[in-house]
Amino acid sequence: MALSREQVQHIAELARLELSEQETELFVEQLSAILDYAEQLNDLDTDAVPPTAQVLALRNVMRSDELQPCLTPDQALANAPQRQDAYFRVRAILE
Amino acid sequence: MEYVATIGMEVHAQILTQTKMFCGCPNELTSAAPNTHTCPVCLGMPGVLPVINRVAVEATVLTGMALNCTIPSFSKFDRKNYHYPDLPKGYQISQYDLPLCTSGHLDVTVEGDARRIGIRRVHLEEDTARLVHQGGVSLVDFNRSGVPLMEIVTEADLHSAEDAYAYLSKLRQILRYLGVSTGNMEDGAMRCEANISVRPEGAEVLGTKVEVKNLNSFRSVRMAIAYEIERQIAVLEQGGRVQQVTMGWDETNHRTLFQRSKEGAEDYRYFPEPDLPPIEVDEEWRAGIRCRLPELPDEKEERFTQSYGIREADAALLTQDLQVANYFEAACAACEGPTSPQTVANWVLGDLYRLLGASGSDIQACPVRPEGLASLLALVESGKINGTTAKDVLNEMFASGRSAEEIVKNKGLAQISDEDTLTEIVLSVLDQNPGPAQQYREGKLQVLGFLVGQVMRQTRGQANAQAVAEIIKTELARQS
Repeated sequence: MALSREQVQHIAELARLELSEQETELFVEQLSAILDYAEQLNDLDTDAVPPTAQVLALRNVMRSDELQPCLTPDQALANAPQRQDAYFRVRAILE
Repeated sequence: MEYVATIGMEVHAQILTQTKMFCGCPNELTSAAPNTHTCPVCLGMPGVLPVINRVAVEATVLTGMALNCTIPSFSKFDRKNYHYPDLPKGYQISQYDLPLCTSGHLDVTVEGDARRIGIRRVHLEEDTARLVHQGGVSLVDFNRSGVPLMEIVTEADLHSAEDAYAYLSKLRQILRYLGVSTGNMEDGAMRCEANISVRPEGAEVLGTKVEVKNLNSFRSVRMAIAYEIERQIAVLEQGGRVQQVTMGWDETNHRTLFQRSKEGAEDYRYFPEPDLPPIEVDEEWRAGIRCRLPELPDEKEERFTQSYGIREADAALLTQDLQVANYFEAACAACEGPTSPQTVANWVLGDLYRLLGASGSDIQACPVRPEGLASLLALVESGKINGTTAKDVLNEMFASGRSAEEIVKNKGLAQISDEDTLTEIVLSVLDQNPGPAQQYREGKLQVLGFLVGQVMRQTRGQANAQAVAEIIKTELARQS
């Protein structure tokens, strides 16, 4: 299944990636190849297989509503590229 | 031309749990310093695994039951993918096609008319972090990240700002009755969005839908919807077309403002959350949750009119707030003797509300406990104090926290019912007011009120007014 340039650019936009012309070309080719590979699954007869959202045979894995220790603000912020007081700092977001 | 508005509402309510949706960090936002309630899960660190909080699931199912929903036996979580700094993982764990609750309804009354609002779904998701915008930067506080959030979505069954207001009030009342959310819009524990469209009356096809966000109070919900309906009608009247956009409510200038275009509609690429096994609600679990469904506002209101025999309007007011309803019932239970529930209702809705309103406190913090109110009313019923004095005593009880008996005793407020004492005062009043006394004897019976008033004045309101009236009549009859 061949992806169009527009589709690749749309995906890049959703992922907040800026692609050059050459990169777009490259990913059209590579992503299409990945889809082709996955497309082999269409050859299987799955009429008798019920659809599933999960591959594990698990249900209702839940925890009780009990407190666990938290990180300290310094631990939480240790890897932050930018911080201000006890906040993570990012560039302003414009709607 | 006449137009019909069609409105659907989406309400997000933070769920009252001890911990967050998928980790053991405290779900506590009001007093926490920034980034003190975080862990690798709610910070979205790579490789961590979320685990579902059972209490949040049960609170959502309980809400669905109260909203007459179907609770499907199978439900799952999905990833909603988008990029924003309040969302550290790059996706929000939410529910897409198989929510915990589906197809319910809520009955509301709008200006006296009963209306049924369809509930399309109630699902469970995680809240995002809080952003503080500061000029060129935004500051991120992850305390709110991962707080359990239920989203309640209506069918497009509402048609006016009043409908929306009535729906939202009733929904909040139920959330509070259930104890699943504070429902406070002011601090963001309950948030609301409205989808609004307008079409000419008789038109088959719905008009273009506009989403209005940033509705942070009941007042702004009502104003924003009314404004947006008018705006869309004006566009159509001028031969224009309504654009499919997201608008924000501008609280300062009282108008909706364009936020963003919906073109190339959001592409969230939902897919099943691989880290969370699905949820199966079997009959036993469902029954266990249903057992916890409390008496809901409508049922309580009905019972209050039926079994206490109070006025319908009063029952509606008393049941608006569960704590008030409980207070009323406790006071009625504490009443000994002939005090009627209607009397209790009058005092709660009258003087007690006045005092609570003036002091800005809620009824749980009321210094006058239900038993205290009951013993005050017992003093009135037994004739120990009269109604006017009782109001003063209640004020004093509210201010000092002391009991009615103590205040009456210490201040010498007990009603004067003793006949000899009253007769003495009556005689002196008649002496001082020969004119009115004469008028009464000549048949002008309405001066009786004036004479009783004079006695009350002399006794600083403590005389038993009924007894006074009788004594005046007797004395005047005797003197003529």
